Amino acid sequence: MDTIFFLILRRMRTPLLTLIIAYAVAMAGLALIPAQDATGQPTTMSLFHAFYFVSYMSTTIGFGELPNAFTDAQRLWVSVSVFFTVAVWIYAIGRLIALLQDNTFQRAIEERRFRNRVARLRQPFYLICGCGQTGSALVRGLTDRHRHAVVIDIDPDRINLLQLDNQREYVPALCADARKPSILDAAGLKHPLCEGVVALTNVNETNLKIAIAAKLLHPTIQVICRSDSHEIEANMASFGTDHIYDPFDAFAVYMALAIQSPCLTLLLDWLSAADDEPLSEPCYPPTNGRWVICGYGRFGKAMYQHLKQQGLTLSIIEALPHKTGIPVEGIVQGRGTEAVTLEQAEIQRAVGLVAGTDEDADNLSIVMTALQLNPDLFVIARENHLDNQELFDRVGAQSIMHPSTIIANRIRVRLVNPLLADFSNLARAQPEDWACELVSRVAGLVDERVPHVWEITIDETQAFALCHAKARGFTITLDMLLRDPRDRERRLQAIPLLLVRDDSLQLLPTLDQRVRRGDRLLLCGRIETRSDMDWVLQNLHALRYVATGESHREGAVWRWIAAWQRTR
Amino acid sequence: MNPEKVVFGFFIVLALTLNFGFFVGEIDNPDHHHAWELFAVVVVNLITTILKFGDRTQMGAVLLATSLVAMLQLLAAVLVWTLAVHVSQAGMTPSIMASIVSLSGGAMIANVVSVVLLVIETVMLRR
Repeated sequence: MDTIFFLILRRMRTPLLTLIIAYAVAMAGLALIPAQDATGQPTTMSLFHAFYFVSYMSTTIGFGELPNAFTDAQRLWVSVSVFFTVAVWIYAIGRLIALLQDNTFQRAIEERRFRNRVARLRQPFYLICGCGQTGSALVRGLTDRHRHAVVIDIDPDRINLLQLDNQREYVPALCADARKPSILDAAGLKHPLCEGVVALTNVNETNLKIAIAAKLLHPTIQVICRSDSHEIEANMASFGTDHIYDPFDAFAVYMALAIQSPCLTLLLDWLSAADDEPLSEPCYPPTNGRWVICGYGRFGKAMYQHLKQQGLTLSIIEALPHKTGIPVEGIVQGRGTEAVTLEQAEIQRAVGLVAGTDEDADNLSIVMTALQLNPDLFVIARENHLDNQELFDRVGAQSIMHPSTIIANRIRVRLVNPLLADFSNLARAQPEDWACELVSRVAGLVDERVPHVWEITIDETQAFALCHAKARGFTITLDMLLRDPRDRERRLQAIPLLLVRDDSLQLLPTLDQRVRRGDRLLLCGRIETRSDMDWVLQNLHALRYVATGESHREGAVWRWIAAWQRTR
Repeated sequence: MNPEKVVFGFFIVLALTLNFGFFVGEIDNPDHHHAWELFAVVVVNLITTILKFGDRTQMGAVLLATSLVAMLQLLAAVLVWTLAVHVSQAGMTPSIMASIVSLSGGAMIANVVSVVLLVIETVMLRR
């Protein structure tokens, strides 16, 4: 038990003891002093009546003199004891209430309640440390897919905001320091259903500490960290952190891919978008010419490295080059917010601009000035705070880099559809035409909204009927699964993207593939399609119908009747 | 010497001695068991219970438990007494007195356990 509970109990001693002693003295006095009954005969007050009288005297309610009118001696005693019992009563009650309202005590109660709630979780969940922009976006993404999450953050305001947010699933949240292992334990780090720990605080060292604690206390767990320092990344990787996300690197890699193959970028954008987002337009960053990078900090360096690999000519603007270091191209010193600096970096002849300082106002100013000088620029703007979304939407940048959203999106995809990461790795090896063709297929499948992407594991829980199909003597191909269970001539609006069988991956599996127990499938399509397909997977009647075109009697009684009919 | 321990030990032993004082005598004879003695036992037991609050050791928990048991028994005895004298028509009868005294006897066992635990704890203290 927590120390604070004992401390509170210990502090309760004095008020309670004074209360008992005051009561005992007042009662003893009343019962000892001679009284008289209604006829004037001398008698004594019983202890019961004394207790009764003292309890209402001390709370100052005052019901009069009971059971008989008092003698003057009794009245003298009452007039003394009314003062001390009332004073003691007020003191004791005041102290007790103050103790119960004690801040540390309340926090201890909160923590205990949280611990119990987490311990009672009966669904797999992820432990998310840090609920800033990234964390809350991730929580939303997970709960929208009916995944469970437990949240810790050090800032009470963020926890309150999270509770105000309308989540689809219940999210236990605690305001505490995630660096303490005991807090991580309370949040279910050792819970058998805890599937992973996601460390998303904006302090690299805290994330590192969470990762270490997670790996030590629950070694089999998946640990995902955010980090924007290469040093800490290497440190995290050294003890086996499963996935480390650096928002700047992630975006730079994404941009490099967009320059190489816009179709594949668009495809992956669609597949990894949150449900119900509108289909995004493809963006075509210029593939040759000069790019101007403003700001040579963490983001600037990552962009520099990846753009250079694409064979682009670069010029860099940086206000404090002695701090950030100087690339081989040299540096134009300045902030880039003035026309002079931008002209020095030859903005008129440039094709692209990266406004990548850590000040949103500077970035906006850079973009506006640069577009005045050269309206044909392809502009990438770094948005540091989500509050400025509206301004960035209007400034005319083709691509906006927002660290939190990028990380949240990546982690959400990693947690919800782990196969999508395998898919994109394989897809990168394919030619650009392949991606363009798939984009048009996906676009034909859905209208306006991004496709729903989901995974199926062929096992007893997710595909009951399919697991029992073999016993009934029919084999199932992918083609059958994609038929409408209402009318098997119609096709379901879905594309199988990936089939995983015994560690072998098949990109866009052909429809005549057999589907077996233990297979894992990644599909995309309309969200309604998923429920139709679940029907086929789970229901033997529907499965038999799409497989053979006939519907049999399946229940035990019906089968018996059918057998009986056959024998006749 | 820790004055807190003196007070603690004093009340625990006093609870037992007073309880014993009330308990001795013929079980069903009201003359042998006085209301004031029971009153003192209840008050001292209440104080003992509260003194046991906030001790986080295993011994502290068991001590508190014994006190709670004693309180339960004593309050039952007080309730029976009050009901007999003030509520029931028959008043105090030997059988009621016997049940009051036996309830207080139960409380005494709890108090004995409490004192034994106190002694054990003291003996186990390293010098």
